[in-house]
Amino acid sequence: MSLKDKLVSSFMAFENNVDVEHPVHEVRVDALKNFENKGFPSKKEEAWKYTSLKSLEKIDFSIFPKEKNTLEYKDVKEYFINEIDTYKIVFIDGIFSSYLSETTHDGVDICLMSSALSKPMYKQIIEVYFNKIASKDDSLTTLNTAFSKEGAYIYIPKNKMPKKPIEIIHFATGNEASLMLQPRNLVVVEENAEVQILERHQSLTSNEVLTNCVTEIFAADSAIVDYYKIQNDAENASLIDNTYVNQKNKSVVNVHTFSFGGKLTRNNLNFFQNGEYMDSVMKGVTILGAKQHVDHHTLVHHIEPNCESHQDYKGIFAENSTGVFNGKIIVDKIAQKTNAFQQNNNILISDKATINTKPQLEIFADDVKCSHGCTIGQLDEDAMFYLQSRGIPQKEARALLMYAFANNVLASVRIPELKIRINKLIANKLGVNLGFDI
Amino acid sequence: MAYTEEELKKELETKEYEYGFYTDIESETFPVGLSEEIVIAISKKKEEPEWMTLWRLEAFKIWKEMEEPEWANVHYEKPDFQAISYYSAPKKADPNKTLDDVDPELLEMYKKLGISVDEQKKLQNVAVDIVMDSVSVATTFKKTLAEKGIIFCSISEAIKEHPELVKKYLGSVVPKTDNFYAALNSAVFSDGSFCYIPKGVRCPMELSTYFRINQAGTGQFERTLVIADEASYVSYLEGCTAPSRDENQLHAAVVELISLDDAEIKYSTVQNWFPGNKEGKGGVYNFVTKRALCEKNAKVSWTQVETGSAVTWKYPSCILKGDNSIGEFYSIAVTNNYQQADTGTKMIHLGKNTKSTIISKGISAGKSQNSYRGLVQVSSRAANARNFSQCDSLLMGNECGAHTFPYIEAKNKSAMIEHEATTSKIGEDQIFYCNQRGIDTEKAIALIVNGFSKEVLNKLPMEFAVEAQKLLEISLEGSVG
Repeated sequence: MSLKDKLVSSFMAFENNVDVEHPVHEVRVDALKNFENKGFPSKKEEAWKYTSLKSLEKIDFSIFPKEKNTLEYKDVKEYFINEIDTYKIVFIDGIFSSYLSETTHDGVDICLMSSALSKPMYKQIIEVYFNKIASKDDSLTTLNTAFSKEGAYIYIPKNKMPKKPIEIIHFATGNEASLMLQPRNLVVVEENAEVQILERHQSLTSNEVLTNCVTEIFAADSAIVDYYKIQNDAENASLIDNTYVNQKNKSVVNVHTFSFGGKLTRNNLNFFQNGEYMDSVMKGVTILGAKQHVDHHTLVHHIEPNCESHQDYKGIFAENSTGVFNGKIIVDKIAQKTNAFQQNNNILISDKATINTKPQLEIFADDVKCSHGCTIGQLDEDAMFYLQSRGIPQKEARALLMYAFANNVLASVRIPELKIRINKLIANKLGVNLGFDI
Repeated sequence: MAYTEEELKKELETKEYEYGFYTDIESETFPVGLSEEIVIAISKKKEEPEWMTLWRLEAFKIWKEMEEPEWANVHYEKPDFQAISYYSAPKKADPNKTLDDVDPELLEMYKKLGISVDEQKKLQNVAVDIVMDSVSVATTFKKTLAEKGIIFCSISEAIKEHPELVKKYLGSVVPKTDNFYAALNSAVFSDGSFCYIPKGVRCPMELSTYFRINQAGTGQFERTLVIADEASYVSYLEGCTAPSRDENQLHAAVVELISLDDAEIKYSTVQNWFPGNKEGKGGVYNFVTKRALCEKNAKVSWTQVETGSAVTWKYPSCILKGDNSIGEFYSIAVTNNYQQADTGTKMIHLGKNTKSTIISKGISAGKSQNSYRGLVQVSSRAANARNFSQCDSLLMGNECGAHTFPYIEAKNKSAMIEHEATTSKIGEDQIFYCNQRGIDTEKAIALIVNGFSKEVLNKLPMEFAVEAQKLLEISLEGSVG
């Protein structure tokens, strides 16, 4: 049985565990129909030209974990930003772990999607926001919608800001030979509120894991959202991350994506600017080796005038890795005075590595400033020589230059402890110890 | 200002296509529709040898299996391939006649277009192989070229006179199976130009062909084959104007360039087919496949100025097969009213130390859509490949669109690729600056657009540059928003 058939036929079993009377269930049924029609995307589709899911489709993923698994905090401590206090929403094999988590309802709601979907007090918010910007057409997004049940639910009311950042972590224990997870997150940030969120998917063994995640973020007027995605998963973990952001007047949403690990990672990051005077920032650092594959797909849709968007993606590709960047900027006819910038710089350090990039502009307004720049190159030999002539070994010199290359992106990370953590991850990935923090 | 923008706009909207006249020449036209019989009939008409007929039939078979591509960013009513007449030749033409014998009516028409054959012969040092409705009518300067061993003739003549060259190279860069329109062209191409530059010869003059669609309801299927043998050089010009028509006309040409070791080909195009009127009615569909093959140390340079056609779908490409070969692409695409253009280039780096440069300038006005679509591909063996791409778009008015779809695929670590693109409009302060110095808005725009396109215009041969500059002005008149 193909993975698609398996998913479609397991929907009945899924229905036994959810409230089929809830209005959301109708949304699920429609979404399943769409997935049933479309199936998994193939390389023939323009958006999937450079990324194939064929090998994943062959794996017999179990869709519902058989038992509830537990983990000790000391075993997984390293995956948290443990230097600072954070709210934590932790899932083990897709099931919420109250033991490892720290949720709150004190002024803000930092809790679970499952309770938001079942408790009457959230009904109105779910009605207004759930599946409102997530695509009803994209096959993988609708697959997630069909099975949406668990994930993080974050609601920040007007003028509020949680005391500490929020960490969302999904652990895969590897108790199943292969596991498919479909978390669904909803983040609503009301007027003038602010929030910082970190998201991480972590497999603890080398067993196959496929995560198909959907996150909807709503930023109301003057809201500020910082979202950090740390993708440093184990070698056989694959991630398809679909993020949809809806912004209103004067809001600022920053999404940073750090991709170092995993087998196949696909990031679909979509911004819809439904207001004026706002800023959307997308930044990413990608460092890959072995046979890793990372595909960044971004979309910024400028719908109203006087807005800005900034994209900056840096990639370093070694060994047999493949990197894909596809950035699309659409400027509608009425979105005058738009400033949209897109930058994608890549370094290839192996003859077997591949980079495919397609920075795309679709502009219908005339009074705009839009630009994109894209480079593929190598480390500067003169700079290497300079560092080596001053006694820095070749490996460290290379790492230093790569740090410098990625630094633009790191500079805008607003949680210092996170910045240090990312630096360490980069040093690990490059196999060097510089003995200082940058 | 006594002359307001409103008035200007009005005047220009009503302005008809400048070259939109129709010369009445008796033509011999095939019945509409496409079938094996028609393909055979075309081949027979051209007195082609059997291998050529078979070649066409094979292409026709392939074409029947293919579907019309839909990926391009253009929207148009699909042409009905059974409603087109695939062959039309001016009746009075005879390839054996000299220039003096050419139908005076025809010559008159070229004069109207400013293409005086005599004048060009004397003043511009250009040999003109005029293609009017599919058949070569007059070829000049043949003698001078023949002395150098250069072959410059119509492709049907080449099939008869130089079958070994045609057999070897026809379809070698753009195979019959390449795409829908290339297959169609291979099956029904009516005529075109053939050019061969022998080893070590530098062609002493710019070779030029003027294409022209004339007979109502006939598609023009040109086939051009340019071969530059080792260490030779040729500069080839191609220019088009077409009379005004209501019905959409289909133009599906194939151009193949072969640049052997150390050779250089410079191919320049000014395309000004009828773009349709201001309601977007009529106009030419221009679906062209152009590709060049570069051997060792060879160089191919494409320069194009695209101002015409209702729908353009065209990607002059370079396959940089040999080591140290160079590909260049300079383009200005102007769209106005309801025109749509999806154009760009492909640079396929296969050899070592290959270099490519892409400069593309898109100007959109009115309600037009202008897309740049390009591919830069560096294969894993193409060490030290170097590419620089720049695509700039200029938007005039808020009803047009500019799009860029650049694909970049690198598989070699020593590749250096740069791509940059900008989109902007003509600055109010720039216009103000000109106005303040007594230059009216219309002229100021022409000035700014000229500056914007300079990098590409500079690459055109002298006489073409003048024409192109004029074309730009005509195409953009009245688009001051």
